[in-house]
Amino acid sequence: MSHGPCDACEELLQGYLDRELTDAEVVRAESHLDGCEYCRRRYTFEDSLRKYVRTTAAERMPMGLMEKLTQLRSAGA
Amino acid sequence: MGEAEPEVEGRRIAGEARDRVRFEEEALALADQVYRVARRLVGTREEAEDLVQDTYGRAFRSWRSYTPGTNLRAWLLRILTNLNLDRGRKVQRTPDMQPIEEGDYYLANKMAESAGELVLDQDRVVERLSQDSIVTALSSLPHDFRDTVVLVDIGEFSYADAAQILDVPIGTVMSRLHRGRRLLKQKLAEEAIS
Repeated sequence: MSHGPCDACEELLQGYLDRELTDAEVVRAESHLDGCEYCRRRYTFEDSLRKYVRTTAAERMPMGLMEKLTQLRSAGA
Repeated sequence: MGEAEPEVEGRRIAGEARDRVRFEEEALALADQVYRVARRLVGTREEAEDLVQDTYGRAFRSWRSYTPGTNLRAWLLRILTNLNLDRGRKVQRTPDMQPIEEGDYYLANKMAESAGELVLDQDRVVERLSQDSIVTALSSLPHDFRDTVVLVDIGEFSYADAAQILDVPIGTVMSRLHRGRRLLKQKLAEEAIS
């Protein structure tokens, strides 16, 4: 059981979180996470942080912008 | 072309007009998503609105250079990030980075320390961060890092799309993402415990 940051996970965690790994790498990442309590907790943290940033920092388009964009159309609107 | 039969030429023009209308409609349908990314790439709402308008102005003019069936949202974002670069953003110094072994877990560790918790409830910890602190931390990142983090984390672009939009290799996207997120966590940690 490991207690600190480990290189194996460090490499894989980002790609795993971003769903950018190949199937073989996913298997490797998941089996690492299965056996590493420290990385598993960090993974949960990183994952929830990422989701939180995504929802928190999202801001809807201001009223009126769509209208302005539509006016930029050159083809008959 | 000048000698083309009127009927053929007429069909070509009609077909092009249809393609153009379709392009414009598809592009407009993505406006909210484009704005969402733009809003985090620049400092203010007004700048984001201007940037999105300039982007659509250019996109509508150069619609022929878009290849139907490819990722239109990425195509629009490429225009947007280029326009944003043209606006001459100041070159920012890269802030000092925490050493790697601490950096990635800095936020979690600091928050755990400040809460005096031995075992962190990871989901709850994140909820302690305010919306303002996330927005402030994001906007304080050096632009290269911020652009990458915003495209992937908020725009939900793949590494490959982000690389294409920013015109950098995928490896650069990955390292900027890594360092950018690390900086983001540092800044959040500083705010969360201050």
